[in-house]
Amino acid sequence: MTDNSNDQTEVFKRQKSKEEMQRQLISFGLMIVFTLIAFAIVATDTVDRIYILPILFIMAIVQAGFQFYYFMHLKDKGHEMPALLIYGGVWAAFLTLAGLMVISWW
Amino acid sequence: MSHDHSSLFPEVMPAAPEKATLEGKNKFFGQWFFLGGETVLFASLFGTYLALKNSTAGGPSTDELFGLGLVFLMTMLLLTSSLTSVYAMYHMRNNDFKKMYLWLGITGLLGIGFLACEIYEFAHYITEYGFSFRSSAFGSAFYALVGFHGGHVLFGICWLTTLLIRNAKRGLNLYNAPKFNTFSLFWHFIDVVWVFIFTVVYLMGKVG
Repeated sequence: MTDNSNDQTEVFKRQKSKEEMQRQLISFGLMIVFTLIAFAIVATDTVDRIYILPILFIMAIVQAGFQFYYFMHLKDKGHEMPALLIYGGVWAAFLTLAGLMVISWW
Repeated sequence: MSHDHSSLFPEVMPAAPEKATLEGKNKFFGQWFFLGGETVLFASLFGTYLALKNSTAGGPSTDELFGLGLVFLMTMLLLTSSLTSVYAMYHMRNNDFKKMYLWLGITGLLGIGFLACEIYEFAHYITEYGFSFRSSAFGSAFYALVGFHGGHVLFGICWLTTLLIRNAKRGLNLYNAPKFNTFSLFWHFIDVVWVFIFTVVYLMGKVG
């Protein structure tokens, strides 16, 4: 490789990581917005009680998704195995929660 | 040392220094496997909390106990520390050791801020409300869940401090890049758990 093409690779690499950084900043902004909305609807008590719990829960799941896919790069290629491992964990976590809920509320 | 370590110090750093060596790849997979297990562990603590949160034994309820202001501050501190650790990994991939250190340092300070708030919160509950680990099933479940998360933050801060001291004079290479990345994954996971704690414990506790 000549120096010139090496420079181009470097420029390309930096351009790519800059775009990645922008996506991560947008994720961060959205997470802040979701957090603000979550605290606001609880503090102001404007939303009907029946809707509050599902809204809060969905916003938490979306935030967790941003963390996993953007901050922890789960969306990038080469993350098939980590995705399998974490979703395996989430599945076992769901069973654990469901089990504990059923025995205490049945 | 008898081994040849020259491959750990390349002249041009690869695009993903954290996964350029076999050890780096193994650390990466190992950490994700560990986080999958942690998910289950925290799920069992969340399940226990949800099952016991109304067993207050005559003590204060979640609505009377929790204040949203401090929890909001803690959320902002931890969420911001997640972003600063993203910045640190960005500079790692651009092979900028000093900036990576700066952002990791800020991450640690924000973590300490979070932990200080949590200690204040627990002390406040114990002194003002007499609400302790032993006062009710709700107390046990609450301190087990939130305290275990706080324990993770404390562990993370100790881990980061050790990394920063040990590698201060080494510069960035293929030996320590995976270590910083592994820490960063752990730190993001702590924030994921906190998102569910502030939602399920504090916000839903306020709603009832």
